[in-house]
This record gives sequence, structure tokens and C-alpha cells, in this order.
Amino acid sequence: MTHILVILETRDGVLRPASLEAVGAARIAADGLGGGTVTALACETFSADASSLGNAGADKVLIASATEHSADGAALTAARVAKELEASAVFLSATVRGKDLCGRLAAALESGFAADCTSAHTNGGSLSFTRPIYGGKALQTIQVNGPVVVASLRPNYFSSAERGGEAVVEETSAESGKGRVVKIAAKEGGRPDVAEANRVVSGGRGMGGESAWHLLEAVSDALPGSALGASRAVVDSGWRPHSEQVGQTGKVVAPELYIACGISGAIQHLAGMNGSQCIVAINKDADAPIFQHATYGIVGDVAEILPVLAEELAKVTE
Amino acid sequence: MKIITFVKRVPSTTTRVLIKDGNALDPTGVEFILNPYDEFAIEEAIQQKDKSGDGHILVMSFGSADSQKELRTALAMGADEALLLQNPDAPNADGATTARTLTAAVKAREFDLLLFGKQSVDKEQHGVGPAVATALGIPCITEVTKLDITDGTVRAEREVEGGREIIEAPLPCAITCQKGLNQPRFASLKGIMAAKRKTLDIVDTDMGTPLVEVLKMEMPPERPAGRILGEGVAAVPALITALREEAKVL
Ligand SMILES: Cc1cc2nc3c(=O)[nH]c(=O)nc-3n(C[C@H](O)[C@H](O)[C@H](O)COP(=O)(O)OP(=O)(O)OC[C@H]3O[C@@H](n4cnc5c(N)ncnc54)[C@H](O)[C@@H]3O)c2cc1C
Ligand SMILES: Nc1ncnc2c1ncn2[C@@H]1O[C@H](COP(=O)(O)O)[C@@H](O)[C@H]1O
Repeated sequence: MTHILVILETRDGVLRPASLEAVGAARIAADGLGGGTVTALACETFSADASSLGNAGADKVLIASATEHSADGAALTAARVAKELEASAVFLSATVRGKDLCGRLAAALESGFAADCTSAHTNGGSLSFTRPIYGGKALQTIQVNGPVVVASLRPNYFSSAERGGEAVVEETSAESGKGRVVKIAAKEGGRPDVAEANRVVSGGRGMGGESAWHLLEAVSDALPGSALGASRAVVDSGWRPHSEQVGQTGKVVAPELYIACGISGAIQHLAGMNGSQCIVAINKDADAPIFQHATYGIVGDVAEILPVLAEELAKVTE
Repeated sequence: MKIITFVKRVPSTTTRVLIKDGNALDPTGVEFILNPYDEFAIEEAIQQKDKSGDGHILVMSFGSADSQKELRTALAMGADEALLLQNPDAPNADGATTARTLTAAVKAREFDLLLFGKQSVDKEQHGVGPAVATALGIPCITEVTKLDITDGTVRAEREVEGGREIIEAPLPCAITCQKGLNQPRFASLKGIMAAKRKTLDIVDTDMGTPLVEVLKMEMPPERPAGRILGEGVAAVPALITALREEAKVL
């Protein structure tokens, strides 16, 4: 019988949002392959919520309590559990840690891997995955031929199941690794990370300078749960930190709403945000390429439009 | 410090991608470059070698005969020796198969540090470095933006979603390099001349049965054409309405 193992990602005892999506994707895949089981594994101390993980699609949750996070330790634990369960597939989230673990697990299981996938298919009883390549300029659909299919799933592309039910929670042992995280400094400020947020307010060189960012902050404040993003031109100018860069050499995002302000829409920027559900572009140049990719556009000066946008948004989101 | 750096020849990020036979890139007219993240790996190798006082940098690529060009670039920047694991099908190899091939070549050598790019900009697997390290049984730290090696201990910093991690691991260790780690140098004229005299070994390499099969490659679906709602402040109410009622994202 099909058994899919999902590696959960937690930080400070809190489940990362993308993990529930991976569980949901595993549920759909397991059902698609014919009544399979989904087991979720946390490689860190974590008090699992049996009903939310159960509702998302997990039958069982295993906790391998490790006091500190070690990526190679997590890979050893996950590989051991995958073998014990005779898992046919392992799903991860394509986060920084997840992408790392994906390659490690494939090597540990002497299998192939599909990284950063945007959809999964169960045709004819086998799993295949579609993933963007060449900076999103093409899509490839691949099948892993090794003994265990290892796949990482891009955040915001899969949804968690809503099937009710509780997962059974059990403990398992944790392997130790040679590398270990000695310190985690949480990002300051109340906004979520651009790669995880469901709404992104992003600024480009057209903002004119660092001092104009209060305009974007005001729009973000009016959009609950939103993050700030930036183009590479902005990051290279030192106006904003690299952690906010969206694009091929920054973060790949796929929020419900992406608002691009003073961003021209260079191919490398598009590579990072083209998967967004709804794209809004504000640019003073009506011929800017970003308008060809935007769902909605306004031609005009960000300095004039953004304060009004913030005000109008606040009225409807309150 | 014995360092091995891994580099890949990739299409330039501005290349127009065309598909051949429904499952691979059509290389006709494509400009190829050294994978940008691998430049950080080469630069870091040079800086770590200089810091340790003595050492050796081997730069390795699994590629077609054309990859000699990117290996020469790495030699011109400052690597000491190059090895091309040559296979005409290498450009289409998946990450796990690539890692298996590289691992076999690394096993035959002595090393303290392996340096990779954080990702290839063509296949974007983010996985070759961690896979090689795991197969060798050594630790790996990915997406590193700060690296310090003292007395055999690696201390590295990386950014994760919503925070920064500081990670420690003993040598031998693998690192994948993220932008911000350093500023890659350009090869000087002197470097380019010197590179011509450095060793570049070419070894025909079998990659075995690929671990991943490409079923198809296609162009992404076009986004439905958008709408310009108007000019200036006057268009804001129309935008709010569209976001609420049409896109339903508010
Ligand atoms: C290998 C490589 C990797 C790259 N990776 C990335 C990446 O990850 N992310 C990324 O973003 N870029 C990346 N780039 C850079 C990319 O090619 C562009 O240079 C960059 O995205 C441009 O940023 P921008 O749109 O902010 O600036 P510009 O292209 O300068 O555009 C500014 C825009 O603002 C508009 N504007 C000006 N003033 C106003 C105003 N007052 N009101 C409204 N609009 C105004 C202008 O009309 C223009 O369209 C990469 C490039 C390379 C070669
Ligand atoms: N064919 C190859 N030859 C040598 N190194 C490679 C090859 N493919 C990938 N790498 C290395 O692995 C890194 C990550 O690639 P990837 O896992 O494909 O995103 C690259 O930046 C290179 O350092």
C-alpha cells in the first residue's frame, strides 16, 4: 500500500504554514494512488496539534524530539523513518530547510528527487511532478525512478485538505548530526517573510529611494498578513535588505495578491512572482513590461497613488 | 586547506528558452555562462585558501566538452586545477544523477571543504550540494552568506524564512554559496594567461541510469491578459472594486 511520509518544519515549536500544504498534497497523492497512508514527521521538539494535522490529511504524526536542529541529523532521522515505513514517497516544503533536506534525503535513500514542484500528478498509479525551470521560462514534468520518490513542494501552490479527523501522535527517536544550528535570530518587525506571506507589497527603483518606503509600509499596514518585497535594483542600491528581494536570485513568491510599485518587470523579477494569483502594477510608464503580466494596472506616480491606495484599502480591510 | 569547487555551465538568465523534442532545451543560439552562484563558490575558495596560508583548489564540472570554457574561467579567477567529467548528455542530467556522478569523483580525492553554488539557474534544484555531502557522510550548510573557518570548525550564517541561523559543523564540510557571501572577482588578464598553463583534465564519465526521467517540457501557460484600469489616483477606486469583486482577494 502507498505510504507517503511528509517532513514537517517547525520553528520555536510552531509549525511553518507550508507544512500543512505539504500534508494536504500528500493526502491527495495518497488517495489518488489508491487509499494510502500519510505520516507526518517532525524532526524537532514539537507539540503536535492532532486535529489540525489530521484535518489537513495526516493519519499519523511522529515526533523525533531533538533539542537542537541539525540538518544532517534530520536527514538521518527522516531516511530511517522512510525505510521503516517502507514509504513510497517523501514530501517536503520547498523552504530553505526543505530544499536542503530534499537533496540530502534523496542521497540517503539512493533515489532521485523533484525539487520545488508546483503541481503533483497521480496518473496511472505513479507520481509525477511539474516544476518551473530556467527561471520560470519553462515547465518540466518529471518522474523519479529511484526506490523512494522525494519531492519538495513550493509554498503557496498546494492547499491543505479539510477532511476532519484526528491524527495519531507518536514519538520516535532522533538521530544526531555533525552540523547543528547554534542560534536562530528571528526577523525583527511584525511582518511575515515575503516567501510565506499571502499578500506582498513590493517596491522597485521607481520608488525613488529608501525614504519612500513608508508609502509601501502604509499599504502593507492596510493589508493584514502582508509582507514587503523589493526588486534587485532596490536591494543592490542598499535601500532594502536582500531578505526582501523577489526574483530569480531572490525569493520565489506566489501570494494571492502581489502589488508591484515602480517595478519595470524584468524577466528575472517575473521569475520570482509570476505565479502570484493576482498581480497589481503601479508604474508611471504605460509601456513598462510589468503591465503585460499584471492582472490590474494603474499608470501613474507611486508617490501620489500609494497614499490614496493605503487609505482606500484600510476602509475595506478593517 | 584542500578545496573542491563545483561549477556548471548554464544558459544565461536572459536567454529565450525554446524546447527541443518536447523534453529538453534547444541549445541553438543560446548564450552559455558560468552559473552565477558558482562564482561565489570560486571566490570563497580563493579567499579561504589565502586565509589558510596554503592549500589547493580543484574546480570540477560534470558537463559536455563545452564546459571547458567555464572551467577555464574558474582557473583564470584563481583555481589551481580543473577536472571535467565529460558526458555529452550531462546538460540534461537531473540533480540526483549529477550528485551521484560528482560523489564518485570526489571519493577518490582528499579534501577539507567542498563549495557549491546554492542553485543552478537552469535546473534550480538546490540539491546537488546537500546530496553529494550526504553521500560522502559529511555535514553540509546551505545558502551561506557568511563563513568563518577556525581550527577545523566551520561557522556559517544563512537566512531562512523569517530569520537568520548560525550553524556550526566540523571539517570536512560542504557549503552552498548564496549571494552576499562575497564579491566575486573578475579574471584579470594575468589570470587568463596563467589559466592557459594550468591543468584541465578531461575524463569521459558514464552517469549510469538516470534517477529522474523527464516526461515533458513545455512553455508555462500565458497569464490571461491584464487590464489597465486607468491613470493616477482616479483609478484607485476601480482597483479596490476589482480586487474585491472580481479577483476576490480582499
Ligand atoms: C543574473 C541576474 C539575476 C537577477 N535577479 C533578479 C532578481 O532576483 N530580482 C529582480 O528584481 N531583479 C533581478 N535582476 C535584475 C533585473 O534584470 C532588473 O534589473 C531589475 O529587476 C530592475 O529593477 P526595477 O524594476 O526596480 O528597476 P527598473 O528596471 O529601473 O524599473 C523602475 C521602474 O519604475 C518606474 N518608475 C520610475 N519612477 C516612477 C514613479 N515615480 N512612479 C511609478 N513608477 C515609476 C519606471 O517606469 C520603471 O518601469 C537580475 C539580473 C541578472 C542579470
Ligand atoms: N553538472 C554539474 N557539475 C558540477 N557542479 C554542479 C553540476 N550541477 C550542479 N552543480 C553544483 O551544484 C549547485 C546546485 O545545483 P542545483 O542543485 O542543480 O540547483 C551548483 O551551483 C553547482 O555548484
